[in-house]
Amino acid sequence: MQRSTLLAALAASTLLLAGCATPADDGVTLVLVTHDSFALSDGTLEEFTEQTGVRVDVQPGGDAGELVNKLVLTADSPLGDVVFGIDNTFASRAASNGVLEPYVSGDLTDAEAPFLLPEASGGEYLTPIDTGDVCVNVDHRWFAEAGIPEPQTLDDLIDPRYEGLLVVEAANSSSPGLAFLLGTIAAYGDGWYDYWSALIDNDVKVAASWSDAYYVDFSGPSSEGDRPLVVSYASSPPVEVPAGSTGVLLDTCFRQVEYAGVIAGTEHPAEARQLVDFLFSTTVQNDIPENMYVFPVNAQATLPDGWAEYAQIAENPYTIDPAEIDANRERWIQEWAAIVQP
Amino acid sequence: MPQLIRRFRASRPGDPSHVPRIAGSGATHALAWTLGIAVPVVFVGVFFAWPVASIVGRGLFPEGAFDLAGVLEVLGRPRTQRIIGFTIGMAALATLITLVLGMPVAAALSRLRFRGRTVLRAVVLVPFVLPTVVVGIAFRALLRETPLDGTFVAILMALVFFNIAVVARTVGASWESLDPRQEEAARVLGAGPVRVFATITLRRLGPSIAAAASVVFLFCSTAFGTVLVLGGARYATIETEIWLLTTQFLDLRAASVLSIAQLVVIVALLVVTGRIRAKATPEKRSFAPRPPRRHDLPLIAVAVAVGALLVVPLVALVERSLRTRDGYGFGNYLALASTGDRHALAVTAWQALGNSLGFAAAATGVAMLVGLTAAVLLSRTPRSPGARRALDALDGVLMLPLGVSAVTVGFGFLITLNTPPLDLRTSPILVPIAQALVAVPLVVRTLLPVLRSVGSRMRDAAATLGAPPWRVLLTIDLGMSARAALAATGLAFTVALGEFGATTFLSRPDAATLPVIIYRLMGLPGGDNAGMAVAASVVLAAVTVAVVALVERTRVNQVGAF
Repeated sequence: MQRSTLLAALAASTLLLAGCATPADDGVTLVLVTHDSFALSDGTLEEFTEQTGVRVDVQPGGDAGELVNKLVLTADSPLGDVVFGIDNTFASRAASNGVLEPYVSGDLTDAEAPFLLPEASGGEYLTPIDTGDVCVNVDHRWFAEAGIPEPQTLDDLIDPRYEGLLVVEAANSSSPGLAFLLGTIAAYGDGWYDYWSALIDNDVKVAASWSDAYYVDFSGPSSEGDRPLVVSYASSPPVEVPAGSTGVLLDTCFRQVEYAGVIAGTEHPAEARQLVDFLFSTTVQNDIPENMYVFPVNAQATLPDGWAEYAQIAENPYTIDPAEIDANRERWIQEWAAIVQP
Repeated sequence: MPQLIRRFRASRPGDPSHVPRIAGSGATHALAWTLGIAVPVVFVGVFFAWPVASIVGRGLFPEGAFDLAGVLEVLGRPRTQRIIGFTIGMAALATLITLVLGMPVAAALSRLRFRGRTVLRAVVLVPFVLPTVVVGIAFRALLRETPLDGTFVAILMALVFFNIAVVARTVGASWESLDPRQEEAARVLGAGPVRVFATITLRRLGPSIAAAASVVFLFCSTAFGTVLVLGGARYATIETEIWLLTTQFLDLRAASVLSIAQLVVIVALLVVTGRIRAKATPEKRSFAPRPPRRHDLPLIAVAVAVGALLVVPLVALVERSLRTRDGYGFGNYLALASTGDRHALAVTAWQALGNSLGFAAAATGVAMLVGLTAAVLLSRTPRSPGARRALDALDGVLMLPLGVSAVTVGFGFLITLNTPPLDLRTSPILVPIAQALVAVPLVVRTLLPVLRSVGSRMRDAAATLGAPPWRVLLTIDLGMSARAALAATGLAFTVALGEFGATTFLSRPDAATLPVIIYRLMGLPGGDNAGMAVAASVVLAAVTVAVVALVERTRVNQVGAF
């Protein structure tokens, strides 16, 4: 009696395991592998299911770098059908390792052309979905109270007048930290070593993570610290309360673009392409800012209230060719660490 | 394997040379041993050894052949050598401080009955479950104005804060079973308290101190967030470097070399502590705590002082959780019923708490099944040297998950558990399994000293009197170690509840655990997200205290039942 109960339990748990591994019904379910910051409103992905009958299972896989590396390591048994969240700093690694099917959404127009990647860096594999600038954020109230004009440019940050006011994230443990480093490399070329030495001399603070820099060291209204300048996102000010209490130094921005693509080896290539198109559609694009704190790339998308007013987009952000980033990332990070963390 | 089983059979406690052969057929024994060995071996083999070996293998055998030159090149880098040296030094120093501060707490909690004992017991365990991201930020908020911010000392402080619980629990469990009469006799004969402690107590506690030290060392050497956040990203350890090499650089070769370094460190550690751990002295029962006497005052003072040090960051956390935009209030707690500012989360914090409790309960079940089985096995001392060595090896293997990088294990999962019936990469079942991997060594370390101290003579006696082996196991082994088993259950549950590294790697947004959503909330700007994250941490701490209190209560009833 007892033995048969045990057997039944074993059988049930085996079925349960099997159930977890394969979709139960005959409709297609796509696995959408994303970075950890992926979020959409309830019902947005369900609209895709209503339109196409295809269900979407979201599977987060770390930050952009971790995501791409996972795809590379699992190339012989893919993690999913569609990937979202590969950014311009890792795009070239994804493209050169053959983990993506060549496909770019046909719905793109000339208006989105600036977001497309160069041919050799994943241009034929990745569809741009959202963009966000990593910029120095400024606490307006602090500067008003101190009676000092706010800095404007990267050069200003090494001005002794702004000594001890900036906190940045470490380039070897934080993606905005790396983006800021890339911005300085784009701005100064090989002169970036000297720039960073000057930043150190000007008492820049290096924090391990964004949360750490923003919430502990920054002096903004939701933060605890006393430094009025922090490396964060261009989208941070609109969500601060009261809105407008912080702002962005538009001449310090490095542009990040996040892409979606079809994972090589998918069993449902047609549906996977539909999902990439859907991510570019205004249904998703309108939903992106409030959920992921970045800007939609689709020129037809509408921004939520408050964004038009407080969210600023740099006109001439710093950029570096993704292939160059991929070729030099390790060396740059190690050289940076040697300067900042001797 | 069959040979191994035969050796075990020949050397089980009821050895024919001492005791007449008694109840139970040989086949049943063989089956019992096989099952007993299979449970921990299969669990650790499938969910740890295989994934880790695969990912390390990819790094060391890039084209199918061993890349010796590559390995030597990585080992020859000054950076590699510096990182390995720093990691070992940091972990050793943190372990030493944790032991020095944790021992008085263990003593006070296990031997004395005083007001506030239950509170101290719970307070000690709280840091253990708090997410690093929140504690790191609480610590930094406290240290920001001091010269300690971003220093090695700050890292040490946080490591000690997190690990006092391990010493208090592991050493405490074994301290309770020490017969205090030996010490009392020595005192009566004129030995001073220091001498009594050094020559009697310390020697008798040796095995459990070694066990606690090895666990703390492994926790410290694999600390990730603590090292980064408190050191201002200035210090690199083997663990942070493996993360960087694997997730950012995709340099599997260098990552594998460092994973091997971690394994070598663990094995060396086990060899060193193994000698001490083996010298268990037989003890017979648990001794109820006694009221404190005058000479206990310094001990209580130190214990309370350590407790107070642990409380400071906790108080800072509670204060922060009550701070809202409109002054002090419960706004952050009320927000836990929501999905955060601007859809920050896929579930509410309360749902996440439910997920956490569910996963932790499952993980505790798995950890107790595997850990208890393993501990009973390991407590036996087979006569055959081969079987003894096999058991020692199993003992070591069970400790490995504590000392190997979560990144290595996680990436190992990805490339191994990918074909049916083990296509578990996307299955929520991996969450409790990964949590259990970390909890099993703690369960074993808590139970083993007590089980070993039961002594084979009592088992032999029971067997001679005609008790079948299952009865010996049930009444002698499990009966005598019931208290330790409860302590282990509480510890396993706590570890599972607070586990972040592996959980975040495996969990899905709609089944996120509380530590995972805390991390997410801390990563979003503005509004009330940070306040909500801290409130959620306080809830996590409160739930831990409640669970521990519940376990303690059961403990009391249990004692009455015997």
